Amino acid sequence: MKKRSLIPILYILFLMLPIYWLIAMSFKTTNEILGGFSLFPQTFTLDNYRTIFTTPDWYWGYINSILYVSINTVISVSVALPAAYAFSRYRFLGDKQLFFWLLTNRMAPAAVFALPFFQLYSSVGLFDTHIAVALAHCLFNIPLAVWILEGFMSGVPKELDETAYVDGYSFPRFFVTIFLPAIKAGVGVAAFFCFMFSWVELLLAKTLTAVEAKPIAATMTKTASSAGYELGLLAAAGTLTIIPGAIVIYFVRNYIAKGFALGRV
Amino acid sequence: MGAGTHPAGDNTMKTQNQRAWFFVLPVLLLVAFNALIPMMTVVNYSVQETFGNNVFFWEGLRWFEQLLNSDRFHAALGRQFLFTGIILAIEIPLGIIIALAMPRQGIWVPVCLVLMALPMLIPWNVVGAMWNIFTLPDIGLLGYLMNHTLGINYDMTQDPVAAWVTIVTMDVWHWTSLVVLLCYAGLVSIPDAYYQAAKIDGASNWSVFRYIQLPKMKQVLTIAILLRFMDSFNIYTEPFVLTGGGPGNSTTFLSIDLVKIALGQFDLGPAAAMSLIYFAITLLVSWLFYTLMTKDDGK
Repeated sequence: MKKRSLIPILYILFLMLPIYWLIAMSFKTTNEILGGFSLFPQTFTLDNYRTIFTTPDWYWGYINSILYVSINTVISVSVALPAAYAFSRYRFLGDKQLFFWLLTNRMAPAAVFALPFFQLYSSVGLFDTHIAVALAHCLFNIPLAVWILEGFMSGVPKELDETAYVDGYSFPRFFVTIFLPAIKAGVGVAAFFCFMFSWVELLLAKTLTAVEAKPIAATMTKTASSAGYELGLLAAAGTLTIIPGAIVIYFVRNYIAKGFALGRV
Repeated sequence: MGAGTHPAGDNTMKTQNQRAWFFVLPVLLLVAFNALIPMMTVVNYSVQETFGNNVFFWEGLRWFEQLLNSDRFHAALGRQFLFTGIILAIEIPLGIIIALAMPRQGIWVPVCLVLMALPMLIPWNVVGAMWNIFTLPDIGLLGYLMNHTLGINYDMTQDPVAAWVTIVTMDVWHWTSLVVLLCYAGLVSIPDAYYQAAKIDGASNWSVFRYIQLPKMKQVLTIAILLRFMDSFNIYTEPFVLTGGGPGNSTTFLSIDLVKIALGQFDLGPAAAMSLIYFAITLLVSWLFYTLMTKDDGK
């Protein structure tokens, strides 16, 4: 082992410490947590998880979050695909300005939009629906998806398109059967980032929902303030929010490094 | 990079085609719905005063003048720039160092990548809650270590310095991996031949870094710095959950202050004016960064 491999090891250790602590807390009883410091759970309990899986308020939080995140990922990637293709292959009136304008939306602080979003989605009757959160998250996810996909598409030689047309492919057939497979790493990376930013965002998701589509994060905030000091339950809920992310990273693990390098992200 | 950012030569490869607008239309409609209508609402509020009941009075630019002269805004803006400055000064070099030290191939690569990406996929309020639990003075791992093992008095609900150190550490924990992943992707794209050539020439580690690795990472570093700037400048949820802006106002960054004014005090006019100035600053600084970092590309 070389000395320099110590750096990543120490870094990963630093990353894992707070996560370990969260997981350890989730297996402790409230008495043990408040009773004093213990490195490992002394009285190992699954009660916190049992509460979450048997209380509709809790598990619906997870289902709601996963629903709007999935809807958002599908919408963002599918509308970004043709747009990114246009940006990477054609010149058209206002293309540069449009691209820059799209990116500026990635810079807008969510706090700026919280109140206007509430009014907008209330007035079109979408308040407290999954589709409202999914659409709102498009604000920052679509620009990002276009940006990433454009990079990948520009890495595909134009000859591919031309050869397909010469061979008599129609555009939709070319796009689906030839072009998409050529950039599938890019689609993976784009979907990964859309999932990530929609899953972790809370401010807009909380503003746009009340009961029916309430995200898990909002359920946690409510518990933290109303039920007093149920740290174990909070820790268990937090631990469960790490799992979907971990699964998604596992699936795209080979794309992340290769993907960044291929696309000019 | 995007269409708007290619060096001029690249664009000659593209064909002029106005029908490409049809491809862009869905994106345009969706983003415009989400961006233009709320932005118009904000502009509308920013020049009016309301006492509730949907009654508005024209105020002109008064809110803007008031805001630009207010100490509260200056203080929040100062804290915001200080925070973002510290974050960039730590995360960018640290990210480069870790990326350089990472293995290039083998079974450890995916393990490293998955573990490193993990913090980025945790919802932001959970990150705040997790660090809260981690740093509780008597029952959190870090809090206990500091207070009882090392004997350093540490309680971020009382001490502004401790609150700052905790928030900065939390952000380094949360986001350094983004810089690592981007730099790592830049590094693996360097062909082996470059390193062999450098070895034959007897180049030092520093010159390999300066003349081979750094130029190859330049593009991904631009992205990393831009993303880290935007996101740390807009940070809200994590410090809100962790410290709530306290103790006092010591960690009240721009977003936290904005939400306090808009939803706490319901001062829509001043909050809207603040939103616009805030957004303008983010745009301006991002544009400056971007121009500075890409100005040599055209040559």
